[in-house]
Amino acid sequence: MSKQNLVIIGNGMVGQKFLEYMVERDEGKQFNIITFCEESRPAYDRVHLSEFFTGKTAEDLSMVEEGFFENNNITIHIGDKAVKIDLQNKQLISEKGVEIEYDKLVLATGSYPFVPPMPGHDRKDCLVYRTIEDLKQITDAGKRGKVGVVVGGGLLGLECANAVKNLGVETHVVEFAPRLMVVQIDEAGGNMLQRKIEGLGVSVHTSKNTTEIIDGETHQHKMVFADGESLETDMIVFSAGIRPRDELAKDCGLDVGQRGGIAVNNQCLTSDEDVYAIGECALWNEQIFGLVGPGNQMAAVVADHLMGTADAAFTGADMSTKLKLMGVDVCSIGDAHGSSQGSLSYSFVDEPNEIYKRIIVSEDKSKLLGSVLIGTSEEYDTLLQYALNGIDLPEHPDDLILPQRDGSGPVGLGVDALPDTAQICSCNNVSKGDLIAAIDGGAMALGDLKECTKAGTTCGGCNVMVGQVLNSELEKRGIEVNTDICEHFPYTRQDLYMLVRTEEIKTFGDLIAKHGSGSGCEVCKPAAASILASCWNEYILKNEHTQLLDTNDRFLANMQKNGTYSIVPRIAGGEITPEKLIVIGEVAKKYNLYTKITGGQRIDLFGARVDQLPPIWEELIAAGFESGHAYAKSLRTVKSCVGSTWCRFGVQDSVKMAIDMENRYKGLRAPHKFKMAVSGCTRECAEAQSKDVGIIATEKGWNLYVCGNGGMKPRHADLFASDLDDETLVKYIDRFYMFYIRTADKLQRTSTWMDNMEGGLEYLQDVIINDRLGIAEELEKEMALVINTYQCEWKTTIEDEKKMKQFRHFVNSDKTDNKVVFVQERNQIRPATTEEEQEYAETA
Amino acid sequence: MSEVNKSIEKGEWLSVCQESDLIPNIGVGALLGEQQVALFKINNGDIFAIDNYDPFSDANVLSRGICGDIKGQAVVASPIYKQHFNLSTGQCLEDETVKIDVYQVRVINGDVQLANN
Ligand code: SRM
Ligand SMILES: Cc1cc2nc3c(=O)[nH]c(=O)nc-3n(C[C@H](O)[C@H](O)[C@H](O)COP(=O)(O)OP(=O)(O)OC[C@H]3O[C@@H](n4cnc5c(N)ncnc54)[C@H](O)[C@@H]3O)c2cc1C
Ligand code: SF4
Ligand code: FES
Repeated sequence: MSKQNLVIIGNGMVGQKFLEYMVERDEGKQFNIITFCEESRPAYDRVHLSEFFTGKTAEDLSMVEEGFFENNNITIHIGDKAVKIDLQNKQLISEKGVEIEYDKLVLATGSYPFVPPMPGHDRKDCLVYRTIEDLKQITDAGKRGKVGVVVGGGLLGLECANAVKNLGVETHVVEFAPRLMVVQIDEAGGNMLQRKIEGLGVSVHTSKNTTEIIDGETHQHKMVFADGESLETDMIVFSAGIRPRDELAKDCGLDVGQRGGIAVNNQCLTSDEDVYAIGECALWNEQIFGLVGPGNQMAAVVADHLMGTADAAFTGADMSTKLKLMGVDVCSIGDAHGSSQGSLSYSFVDEPNEIYKRIIVSEDKSKLLGSVLIGTSEEYDTLLQYALNGIDLPEHPDDLILPQRDGSGPVGLGVDALPDTAQICSCNNVSKGDLIAAIDGGAMALGDLKECTKAGTTCGGCNVMVGQVLNSELEKRGIEVNTDICEHFPYTRQDLYMLVRTEEIKTFGDLIAKHGSGSGCEVCKPAAASILASCWNEYILKNEHTQLLDTNDRFLANMQKNGTYSIVPRIAGGEITPEKLIVIGEVAKKYNLYTKITGGQRIDLFGARVDQLPPIWEELIAAGFESGHAYAKSLRTVKSCVGSTWCRFGVQDSVKMAIDMENRYKGLRAPHKFKMAVSGCTRECAEAQSKDVGIIATEKGWNLYVCGNGGMKPRHADLFASDLDDETLVKYIDRFYMFYIRTADKLQRTSTWMDNMEGGLEYLQDVIINDRLGIAEELEKEMALVINTYQCEWKTTIEDEKKMKQFRHFVNSDKTDNKVVFVQERNQIRPATTEEEQEYAETA
Repeated sequence: MSEVNKSIEKGEWLSVCQESDLIPNIGVGALLGEQQVALFKINNGDIFAIDNYDPFSDANVLSRGICGDIKGQAVVASPIYKQHFNLSTGQCLEDETVKIDVYQVRVINGDVQLANN
């Protein structure tokens, strides 16, 4: 059978998801896939669009893996719009003149922002909020003006208001309805929300019908309202709802709804049997779904249907939402207005803390129909599951929202009570059953589970529940997740850390006597050494510690494949004087060491025998060098770019910041090594976003990124906080590292630590920025202790005769290891291969 | 310190160092004739001597491994690829076909002496 042409119009969030589903399902390559993308770039994450303002770039937001189109033989016409469909001849034409015949056509054209057709709506700096290009325009307008108005007080409008406020302009929200978020929340909730938003410095004007926009007197525009009042502003962003993009469909004769939207059935087929519509442009059962979750569900249905799964069907989707708007939690579930027949409601209002909770239950009080939460989101997961799965309510439904006086949270619903069909991740349509299947398939760690089911990878709102399902399933199967560090301690690394910390245990001997058995091994000993060092920072080669160390730590150098060691002096920030460079060169020459510039902006000297380490370090230290800790699970390097001192783009002194950072955290022992970098501007020459902690200069201060990784499994760092001053930056990083040291597993880098953290980035921000656990001060103190007790281990070592004696190959001879043989290559030494070694032995 | 240079007879005892040169759980390398050995004194005071040569990494490094116990057997873990060797038998715990040589040890008047088996 020859291949069929499958054409997709629109490469937005849902269009792209559909392509991914097809790549997954169409293994036999039955379809030849072609897609049209009107925008100048392929699909990006609109849900996180606002993060564009806080430093994310278009690349960060991209949803397309590198090489996706090429590797899967998909033709994409970027910057080209489909302009005409001929249903009869099954053809379509693009703006740039591409003509194509299709066998199957999928419309994924999304929607456009609705701009009320008032006179003056098209004046300069009257903008919308939908694409990356829109955001660029808003940013420019924000730079020119002092006042900004957002028209529309719905979900998107408030998100937009936050963005406008962050541009530093005076911000107003103008809403036609009498309250904010009319669609999602009830009156009392809306009022509470308004108070909170006004508390954040955004003025809210409700019941305002704008009749026209004219020239202003003090600002660019004047908005005139029906009640006679007016408001002057420099910029206006319309966010008054969305309208499906059904123009193509309408023109070619497909059925569209009265108020717009391409009509589809349960298979997402339009009125033409070869044309589907999915995402925000589709009208199912007289409803438009303005969220990605339902769109993705439609994409899956169409992919299945095309591949011959007859019973694939879209049967509606839940529109419950949980959001953080300007730092305010807002949740709405099901029938939030209590408009169902006979429904009853309970509400709880806490004015001092600005918390509002309401639940709507069925007449017989047995089922939850809806809920509104403002100022809290703790109860959301539980309430949503009650509503979605029709679970019987407890005897006193109000227990679900009333605070418990003993400080414990409201009564929750364990994940065990949920049926397998319960949807846990609505963005990616992952049910509890899907999670269980993946766990059966071997995904036993939170990070793996998220990766293979995609749960929790879009809005992140479901992370906590995904974690709960995992834990409960593992427990249920009796799969003993043995988290013991090894056979000598019935504890995890985190437990041991807390024991050492709280009982002030100072030696491994004490630790194993009190809490373990046997004499230890190469797993628990280095872990304990690291914990003891993180807590008390004693000299690492103290007799009672030395026996715990891996050879790299024990000889304060990295062992190479032939048993020799390398030497890495610290070159903070990559900055080095010519004098010091000369010393390195002289030492390398004297001891015949191989030299190489490392990937971490410093110099590594290879091929030193164990007995040569002390004299080499003696010379280096005399010249002002110190240990670079290349051998330790601790700070490696802080890379820097030249920054504002030399670079024409630099906005801050990135070299100085890098050096300060390196000097602050050098020697700090952690569960694994960690790396940092500081870039002087967004061009990011220091690659800070691939580091455990990355810092990028902004005009106002520093953006802080965390949990990036290069290496085996690269991970882009997450933007943690923006525009920080020096002091706050340091404070957050102190807390961040100490919290990592406290809670990470052994040999777990910050990237995997983050991927396995319940609650993810938001939780971490809550702990570090908002001090949710009340430990911030403690963490800072712990860090201060380490910083104040820093010593260069090599300096201490060469000053101690007895220690120097331990750097010998033989206790009874000054001979050296006869297996260490070098040959020359490119004018330097390298270890001999086995054959070369034999040759050498024969001629020697 | 006795420099051992001649090749030694089977069963001959040779002093390699003082017991006080050994720190518990920290191995040292020693030369027994031409042979490189690794010496360990463990927590209970017992002293062991095994080949210093690690067959997995083809390097003389076992004296620099971490000692401990696995299921009750005293072991050292290779510092390069982490295989365990039983200190009294030389048996590798991860690969039953690999067994390295061990040497008898005695302490006479504070002198640590080794013999070829
Ligand atoms: C020397 C150097 C390569 C070079 O010639 O450039 C190097 C050499 C080693 N790297 Fe590396 N890495 C070096 C930069 C990097 C980088 C690049 C960077 O830091 O910008 C990376 C990726 C970035 C990252 O870590 O996220 C890197 C990712 C790794 C990994 C993988 C870590 C991961 O999370 O996947 C390992 C293995 C490990 O740590 O478990 C590793 C381990 C090693 C070890 C320590 C392997 C070992 O145990 O013997 C190598 C021995 C170094 C030595 O003997 O001194 N090295 N290594 C670089 C030293 C930088 C420095 O000045 O300290
Ligand atoms: C700021 C913002 C925040 C949001 N937050 C959330 C949230 O928290 N949670 C949530 O679930 N949803 C959120 N949404 C909504 C979510 O982004 C949409 O539901 C989702 O993008 C819909 O996907 P789609 O593919 O249907 O449409 P789109 O992503 O809009 O993609 C449609 C694409 O088709 C292109 N196109 C249209 N016509 C043509 C043509 N004729 N030829 C070629 N290309 C064409 C368009 O240019 C566009 O690129 C948010 C939206 C915005 C703007
Ligand atoms: S990151 Fe910016 S400041 Fe630093 S070197 Fe690159 S362009 Fe210059
Ligand atoms: S619910 Fe959005 S990622 Fe799971």
